[in-house]
Amino acid sequence: MTTTTSTTTHGTHGPVHERHVDAPTIPLGRVVRVELRKMFDTRSGFWLMASLVIVGVVATIGTILFAPDDQLTHNTFAAAIGFPMTIVLPIIAILAITGEWSQRTGLTTFTLVPNRRRVLLAKIVSSVVVGIAAMLVALVVGVAGNVVGTAVTGTDRVWDLSVAQFGTIVIGSLLCLLTGTMLGMVIRNSAGALVTYFVLTLVLPTVFGILAANQPDFVDIRPWVDAELARSFLFEGPPQGEQWAQVAVTAGLWLVLPALLGLRAVLRSEVK
Amino acid sequence: MITIDSLTKKYGRTTVVDGVSLVARPGRVTGFLGPNGAGKSTTMRMVVGLTKPTSGSSTVAGRPFHDLPNPGRDIGVMLDASAQHAGRSGREILTIVQQMLGLPGRRVDEMLDLVSLNRAEADRRVGNYSLGMRQRLGIATALIGNPGILMLDEPANGLDPAGIRWMRDLLRDFADRGGTVLLSSHLLREVEVIADDIVMIGHGRVVCEGSKADLVRSVGTVARADDTATLRRALHAAGIDTTVSDEGGVTTTAEPAHVGHVAFAAGIALTELRTADGGLEDMFLELTADTQREDTHPKMLRRERAAA
Repeated sequence: MTTTTSTTTHGTHGPVHERHVDAPTIPLGRVVRVELRKMFDTRSGFWLMASLVIVGVVATIGTILFAPDDQLTHNTFAAAIGFPMTIVLPIIAILAITGEWSQRTGLTTFTLVPNRRRVLLAKIVSSVVVGIAAMLVALVVGVAGNVVGTAVTGTDRVWDLSVAQFGTIVIGSLLCLLTGTMLGMVIRNSAGALVTYFVLTLVLPTVFGILAANQPDFVDIRPWVDAELARSFLFEGPPQGEQWAQVAVTAGLWLVLPALLGLRAVLRSEVK
Repeated sequence: MITIDSLTKKYGRTTVVDGVSLVARPGRVTGFLGPNGAGKSTTMRMVVGLTKPTSGSSTVAGRPFHDLPNPGRDIGVMLDASAQHAGRSGREILTIVQQMLGLPGRRVDEMLDLVSLNRAEADRRVGNYSLGMRQRLGIATALIGNPGILMLDEPANGLDPAGIRWMRDLLRDFADRGGTVLLSSHLLREVEVIADDIVMIGHGRVVCEGSKADLVRSVGTVARADDTATLRRALHAAGIDTTVSDEGGVTTTAEPAHVGHVAFAAGIALTELRTADGGLEDMFLELTADTQREDTHPKMLRRERAAA
């Protein structure tokens, strides 16, 4: 960072200079830090983030109270906490993008950083950082839940969540989160993107399910086109060979492809 | 310096900005004047890359905007003071900009002081701000990077008379210290008071531009004496053509000083001597008459004023 003598003045004295001689380009790290801050610094943003922790704790308590004693294992806790997070994380990712349009803050953001790719990259990085942090919180809460839960019920502690399994859960959650990012870029409107997200995750799988029930031929095709189904392999223990391919194909179809269209739209769209 | 070179923006068949060129120079306040919907905001958005021009180009401090390494340090921009997240406090909005630009944290308090937003106001959510407070916050955001150039879209909107005076003094001082100011307005009075250079735009086209001094001079002088005929004769003798306006004053294209000297030499006591009434306003209305939404003809307006 440069120290120009002019910035030390109040801003109302002394001559005004046309250009700051060696003003360096804004580093990406700084854009990421600011974008992270913007995710927390409104009331809605704060409670969205807080809800990640609250949901984790509530899910843990619920598991202790309602799950059969013999199922009080680390895996159960992890699943109970992880599922609600896959709903909250995409919302966070969506709002991080759409707010620039819906709240019109893009007028300032894209004027301070005219390179929109850079802003988008920073938003994706900060969303992923939040996602991974949330997963780690879930892991810790799950451990605590398992320790407390088994102590309360007097059952044996079962640590059946492998590192590989946790890894695939993180990947699955990040895919959910990035789907939110993608929708934000494609739709650029908070309400529209949120509704579309729930259509994609709730309505579409139902349609696929009905299709599979009535068209026996579709059963084999379904895992290659149903992103929700393919993603569930990641949450139900490490996927097997072909399932990885199905995860990749559906992610390409429902995530990467539309994200590229969204990127194009964001770079070209008018910010008003 | 802001240089705009034949910027054009078309939406389908509609041309919103049609080959607009202008230069905003250091040390001067340039007023970008035009009725609502004339294309002022679109032009400004094109300068900072928020809207892609159909053709044409622009530079800020000699470079295309997207080539500026840290644009907020070179140019302070306020396009719409209301375009802020309603859930953030004024202080938070300034802090975001301060951090993005890599400035010391004390700049936030300095700017709050500069625009007279007190602690309590600064910590309030922007959703509860009046338009005037938003404008002040917008000015603070524009100035926080200590830029040499300011580009403000309708900065006086929503300010009370004292606020307008404050804004005027602030921008005047900024330009006097060598800064470049480009501001837009649909109110002629506002621009007339503060601008050194004026660019008038109507229907996406520049219809008139020049220094305010030149524009005022080209309109002429109104003079009055008890005996209008004697005054006219004296002026004609000095080679000055005259007409008698609707209100009975003698209108000439000569400068007020010249008219005054001629009258004095002829021993005529002037009861009134000033630049032509409305000055820029008549020109503004005439130049934009066919492009304005309201059907106001300047001549009709003048008669109404005379009747009132």
